[in-house]
Amino acid sequence: MFGETLLLALREIRRNVLRSSLTILGVVIGVAAVITMVTIGGGATVQVANQIKSLGSNLLTVRPGQQPRGPGGARQAAKLFEVKDVEAIEREISGIAALTPISSKGMLAINADLNWSTVVTGTDNAYFKVRDWPLANGRVFTDSELRSGMMACILGATVRQKLFGAQDPLDATIRLGALSCQVIGVLAPKGQSTFGMDQDDLVVIPLRAFQRRLAGNQYVDTIYVSVRDGVATKKIQADIELLMRERRRLAPREEADFYVMDMQQIVSTVGGATQTLTALLGAVAAVSLLVGGIGIMNIMLVSVTERTREIGIRLAVGAMENEVLLQFLVEAVTLSLFGGMVGILAGVGAAAGGAALLNVPFVFNSWIVVVAFLFSGAVGVIFGYFPARKAAQLDPIEALRHE
Amino acid sequence: MTEANVLPRAAGAEAAASASAVIELGCVTKTYGTGQAAVQALRGIDLSIDGGEFVAVMGPSGSGKSTCMNIIGCLDTPTSGSYLFEGVEVGNLSHRQRALLRRHFLGFVFQGYNLLNRTSALENVELPLIYRGVPQRERRASALRALAIVGLEAWAEHTPGELSGGQQQRVAIARAIVTEPTVILADEPTGNLDTARSREIMDLLVTLNRERGITIVMVTHEPDMAAYARRVVRFVDGLVESDRTNGERV
Repeated sequence: MFGETLLLALREIRRNVLRSSLTILGVVIGVAAVITMVTIGGGATVQVANQIKSLGSNLLTVRPGQQPRGPGGARQAAKLFEVKDVEAIEREISGIAALTPISSKGMLAINADLNWSTVVTGTDNAYFKVRDWPLANGRVFTDSELRSGMMACILGATVRQKLFGAQDPLDATIRLGALSCQVIGVLAPKGQSTFGMDQDDLVVIPLRAFQRRLAGNQYVDTIYVSVRDGVATKKIQADIELLMRERRRLAPREEADFYVMDMQQIVSTVGGATQTLTALLGAVAAVSLLVGGIGIMNIMLVSVTERTREIGIRLAVGAMENEVLLQFLVEAVTLSLFGGMVGILAGVGAAAGGAALLNVPFVFNSWIVVVAFLFSGAVGVIFGYFPARKAAQLDPIEALRHE
Repeated sequence: MTEANVLPRAAGAEAAASASAVIELGCVTKTYGTGQAAVQALRGIDLSIDGGEFVAVMGPSGSGKSTCMNIIGCLDTPTSGSYLFEGVEVGNLSHRQRALLRRHFLGFVFQGYNLLNRTSALENVELPLIYRGVPQRERRASALRALAIVGLEAWAEHTPGELSGGQQQRVAIARAIVTEPTVILADEPTGNLDTARSREIMDLLVTLNRERGITIVMVTHEPDMAAYARRVVRFVDGLVESDRTNGERV
């Protein structure tokens, strides 16, 4: 009997191809929207996880001043770090894989008639290790370049592209502001950071050269510390805080005029926000699935009215109420499940396309596909029941008389 | 078939042979609406129809003959009085039990044919068998046999839209007899047909009645058609005005 009912439903759906297609469109869009949102959102979460790696693993950032909390706010002037602070950390604290001092400044980089506004970073060779950032070609700084403060520079992929295009930049000379500088290497592309900044937009020069020729001081803006694998980041963070408090002669209760930031913490916060956003978008998309269900109910009600006579005939030849109910319910559920299947295909397709477009990894989630399919079936049952019951409760005499 | 056991056993041929009453209406009334707006369609019908009879029900519009047919066909229940079908009180049956009664013992033929559009003649005839749970192959064979009886085996794959009125009515008759019912209820079966087609249909009904012993109750306006029946019951104002065997003079 159930097989017969299913065949009947399929035939009825095929009979009105256009109407059936339009009916399921709501469910198709709803399911596709849910799957697209959740899949792309999931991809974004994975991307955030990947970016933890791209920032350098187990990275601590030590900066002078107070930790920025939220946007804006005045920064209190604080004593800046010097190279000897870096040396002290290296000496005093165990469990560090590598550390590097960094000073940066926005500058105009010029090659012949091309120029590009970028960030010049003064640091040492440990920078490439801490940031887990290999060179695409060329070489890192030599000891003599680091010691003497020679103007040798390594270009980020973006700067390379902007200043040299297809040309080979190695051994060429560029100008940073008024100073000329020989290109010795090019960094591998790293892409955007979690916060949407282009990490490849930089020029790296030796710290000493930066201090003497660009900044004209002995200060270090930031210290990056890479914690050795298997050592607790929290512990190193606390150790550095303690050491720096001593070196800066802060009283035990005095507020610190520097901070040690765990990048992973920030990234996981951003990741959490991404997940919340994904859930929210999924919920909004689910509403459209509900609207799709109402569309099915509407058409099923029309269908019941149109087929009143047919229902009358069926009742007269001995169909029972629950058989008529089943017939219409199966039809509604078949429609919505079919819509669900089309929606799954469309959603997975759209998610793959969207992921490529948004530069987010495509992470196929079979769990959401199953849920979307079951949900579309449930939509069919819930919204098909009322029209089906209406059909089943028709008076056969009235139904037969219906024109 | 287990669901048939809900109801007393009855086979068309046996019932016809024993000539006992298949349909027995006792003082049946039917009132539509309530209070001032109440309309009494039937005002106390007594009617007994034996197995194998061919009864024509006549009467002017509004005389209650259609209401009476709906009650006999178990589509409706009397307001008061008793209706025994094969000795079973139909008034006490549930919706479900009445559906089973229709499914197993009754066949309907309507004035407007009431075939499913866009569905082949064969599938229309198969319809009652689907609800009986007859397997596909057996169903097809039975439906083809029924179509052969009405002379339409060559038209099995045609839809009602491709058939003439007379052919459509014959498909409807095939649908009514495919379940080998005890009783066929025909409501103005020739109402939409010309004289020649009407005769064909009446000949078919007479043959089914004589050769298969199916009890036929037919509502008609036309005395020519009533003349095919062996017994004519005339309704006026919700009462039986006359009940005579054909050949008698009033």
